Amino acid sequence: MTLLGLLDREPSHGYDLKRDYDAFFSRGKPLPFGQVYATLSRLARDGKIVIGEVEPGVGPERKRYVITERGATEVESWLTEPVPAEPNLQTVLFTKVVLALMLGRPAEDYLDRQRAAHLGRMKELTEIKRSGTLVDAMLADHGLFHLEADLHWIDTTAARLDALAKEVRG
Amino acid sequence: MTAVEARDVKLSFGETPALRGASVAVEPGEIVAVMGPSGSGKSTLLHCLAGILVPDVGEIHFDGRRIDTLSETRRSVLRRDRFGFVFQSGQLVPELTAEENVALPLLLNGVKRAAALKEARPWFERLDLTGLERRRSGELSGGQAQRVALARGLVARPGALFADEPTGALDSLTGEQVMDLLVSSAREEGTTVVLVTHDARVAAYADRQVIVRDGKVNALVAA
Repeated sequence: MTLLGLLDREPSHGYDLKRDYDAFFSRGKPLPFGQVYATLSRLARDGKIVIGEVEPGVGPERKRYVITERGATEVESWLTEPVPAEPNLQTVLFTKVVLALMLGRPAEDYLDRQRAAHLGRMKELTEIKRSGTLVDAMLADHGLFHLEADLHWIDTTAARLDALAKEVRG
Repeated sequence: MTAVEARDVKLSFGETPALRGASVAVEPGEIVAVMGPSGSGKSTLLHCLAGILVPDVGEIHFDGRRIDTLSETRRSVLRRDRFGFVFQSGQLVPELTAEENVALPLLLNGVKRAAALKEARPWFERLDLTGLERRRSGELSGGQAQRVALARGLVARPGALFADEPTGALDSLTGEQVMDLLVSSAREEGTTVVLVTHDARVAAYADRQVIVRDGKVNALVAA
């Protein structure tokens, strides 16, 4: 989804996509070229991107990938949809916010929805804790502490969106 | 009919606006958590709902009746007769025993001492405080003092309980015990609760959460 999102900014080449991915999302683990091209062919097979003009040059031909209407719709709905509130979501929350800012979408609305999803799940876990055994309570607590950490991150990020937008849009 | 409601409330402290058109409606028996960053206006909103502060603009209703236009004396009677309060640190009267503290709202309402203490005592068992009836606040732990404060808030069977960071001075486990008892007691009594907290784990005990941001209530949070 991240590569598809990057293509929603503008048509791009595999190499440029990898470079942008590594700059913003890889967090020290660069994306292998093999994985970039495997993902791009899968996206093309599913009709979410098409291959635009091929630029001849020295070395291998450079294919330019272009997002389709279907792909853009998928990015749009992915960016607005809160993730089911489970522990260890940092990567996907982060990706959604950064991509939304890159694409000029309302990241704050997404964060509000995500906050609501988190609070809803915390309410369910609290109910489990109140009505269940101590073992249930311990498991619920584990989830609650992780979701609480996410919420702190959501609040801090919401307070810094303007500065973050400037940074990721260059 | 809503139990407690603020309609487009605005209130400034001098030049500083604290509420900029806040609206919230709480149903009878509902437990609502008001969340928000510090300085967002959440405590000010609670104080307006509880008739402690009067908004510059807008309306406050309790039980179908407008209360912001009442005189200070009538609001004070309303607070004493119909509302219960729990604050961050118990604010128990140090000279009184725990049971006298719990009985205090009844004594202030004119109930005779013996009858008020009789009414207060069952709360010690309900809130797991048995044996502490004669202690003074200095002889109670933070969690015990806060449970005494909760009993005091509920003893007169108020129409609404207002709680401002009721677990703010407690460690997380003790805070959760207090919240668990607050929610169970309020549900048993059918008491409407408005709870201010910055803590999502505390807010998760409520039926519904609203967020105050820049002096307005964000009602989007309905997961």
